[in-house]
Amino acid sequence: MAAARGATATKTASKAAIPQLAWNQIRPASVVLVSGTEGFLADRSIRMLRDLLRAEDPSLELSELTADTYVASELATVASPSLFGEPRFVRIDAVEKCSDIFLTEAIDYLANPPEGATVVLRHAGGVRGKRLLDAIRAAKGTAIEVVCTELKKDSEKIDFAAAEFATAGRRARPDAVRALVSAFSGDLAELVAACTQLMADTTGDITEQTVAQYYGGRAEVTAFAVADLAIAGRAGEALIALRQAINSGTDPVPMVAAFAMKMRTMAKVSSNRVPAAQMARAFGLAPWQIDRAKRDLRGWNDAGLGACIRLIADTDAIVKGAPGDPQFALERMVSAIASRGRTLVRR
Amino acid sequence: MSVWDEIVGQPEAVATLRAAAGGPADGGDTMTHAWLITGPPGSGRSNLAYAFATALLSTQVDGDADTIAQVAARSHPDLTALSTTAMTIKIEDVRETVRRSYYAPSISRYRVVIVEDADRMIERTSNTLLKALEEPPAETVWILCAPSEADLLPTIRSRVRSVRLRTPSVADIAELLHTRDGIDRDLAEQSARLAQSHIGMARRLATDADARARREDTLRAVLDIRDVSDAVVMAQRLVEIAGADAKAYTGERDEQERERVLRSLGVEPGGTIPPALRAPLRDLENDQKRRAKRGLIDGVDRILTDLLSLYRDLLMQQLGRVEGLINTELTREIREVAQSSTPETTLHTMEAIREARERIGANITPTLALEAMLVTAIR
Repeated sequence: MAAARGATATKTASKAAIPQLAWNQIRPASVVLVSGTEGFLADRSIRMLRDLLRAEDPSLELSELTADTYVASELATVASPSLFGEPRFVRIDAVEKCSDIFLTEAIDYLANPPEGATVVLRHAGGVRGKRLLDAIRAAKGTAIEVVCTELKKDSEKIDFAAAEFATAGRRARPDAVRALVSAFSGDLAELVAACTQLMADTTGDITEQTVAQYYGGRAEVTAFAVADLAIAGRAGEALIALRQAINSGTDPVPMVAAFAMKMRTMAKVSSNRVPAAQMARAFGLAPWQIDRAKRDLRGWNDAGLGACIRLIADTDAIVKGAPGDPQFALERMVSAIASRGRTLVRR
Repeated sequence: MSVWDEIVGQPEAVATLRAAAGGPADGGDTMTHAWLITGPPGSGRSNLAYAFATALLSTQVDGDADTIAQVAARSHPDLTALSTTAMTIKIEDVRETVRRSYYAPSISRYRVVIVEDADRMIERTSNTLLKALEEPPAETVWILCAPSEADLLPTIRSRVRSVRLRTPSVADIAELLHTRDGIDRDLAEQSARLAQSHIGMARRLATDADARARREDTLRAVLDIRDVSDAVVMAQRLVEIAGADAKAYTGERDEQERERVLRSLGVEPGGTIPPALRAPLRDLENDQKRRAKRGLIDGVDRILTDLLSLYRDLLMQQLGRVEGLINTELTREIREVAQSSTPETTLHTMEAIREARERIGANITPTLALEAMLVTAIR
């Protein structure tokens, strides 16, 4: 697991005196601060360090603490040298919610860490415990920091997944990696699980076909993407996207809310009374929202808009428990909106 | 002066309850241990419940001065009142009330428990009442209030004796506003009519010129909806009006309650709150949020009731009935719209209003429900 990549840039704490490393560069030190919001990478990083230490000495003593329920002198108890001097590995979670007593004891510990103990502090972001973080970042020679920032952009995730295959010594085509990332864009852990599964189930190069065979038809679609497709009149694509969104676990209630929000903006902007120049102020919308709504409004008429708003309210009632099948109601709403309300008005 | 004086237009109900309060405690047909007062909103259910409670707790059926004052302040030792400003009554509160109902009265003949919003209980909560309602101690009397018997579980209905209120007449309410609150006759008549015989609303309209003006503006603006854009903008405005209304009522109270909690926790005003003390504050904030939500929903419902009266007038006009309008102030506008639309569209809008009220009650976003309703109001 030594794939080199610069995905995890160090954005935080520019004036830290200690080394700041990417998640896969973790190495033993008396105190290791694992910061950042990406819990999956942090877990993986901590596991790497633990496995490394255990390989060095199988008698490694493992202990896990949580900082929010910490009671006095727990840290000293587990980190102090034992009779036979086994190495100790202490993992402390939830430092971002730490108790006051933990804060004081951890800072004391930092000044004088015992020999043979590795203390890993997991801090998932936030201001709580800033005093401790500053103290660690100043503790040159004792501490290191591993920064696990979230992979936000698709390109970062593609790099990550490509490295995942490369580390395992498998070759994956770029288009295959891209398809995989678009299917699992939500959770990094799921993406990794999918990579692992693919590598375990197949032999040879991983191509887009392989990905399609295992994860074809799956894509994580947001509610707004479905709404955009439907409003643009692309009924077929919108229905497919709706299905994909439902299958990958999108809740129907926010889905309807997304439709309602888009249609509301469009309805406001459809006004003939308010001159275009005053719309932004009259409706409390940003200029780009107005431009966007104007573009969306092409092909719509007032009757269609009205009928669709009524249908959205019906659908909202059904997904919130009124009699009716929520999935059918959603599909009916999507097709009616994709027809710009014409299927409703004709009746 | 009698506690029954302020109950308007309900002679039969008053006679029943007065006889019960005057009769012997143990037996006879007139008195029983659990009562249910039902009637339309604003007909004075809870006022009647408190009048009855006063009569039961007093030494005479028309109430003695001390008891009247104590009940009015809700500080009578033998009175437990359960009501809520949120959407539903909490089960813990009901459990506590049930526990207290087993205490013997301390200074009166009876211990009285009033549940003001008996319809605002989910089934599980209602069930905790069953045992206490069925076999209360000899001196305990339960008085439940709800809009109709159908709002309660059959198991509760079968344990209580019902007293039904009717909608008081406009004249009765106008008379009450005139004699009790000293409002002049014309305004009292107008307010009672516009409030559609809802006593509380009538008093509010009579005493608050802003509320009256806002009501009229709202109705006028709704009649003037011409396209979907107007409807959507109007929906947003109505929700804002209802929200501002609710906030005016709760905002000040929220702040006071917060200060009281902070003081009882020993936190300096403006000081930081230690993490260990945040839980009670969070509970308070959650309660306040629930109250704000209820305030908004009630406000929207009031607006919808007003709109219903408007479309009722419109329909009457279209069907050729000119007398008996509720919104006489808007006669001109109503006449204009009546000519440019048909009774069918009016009925369609009235149906949409009914649907919107039902949906808002069932947790549909108020803005969306109003939008869907107002789209049918395009003329």
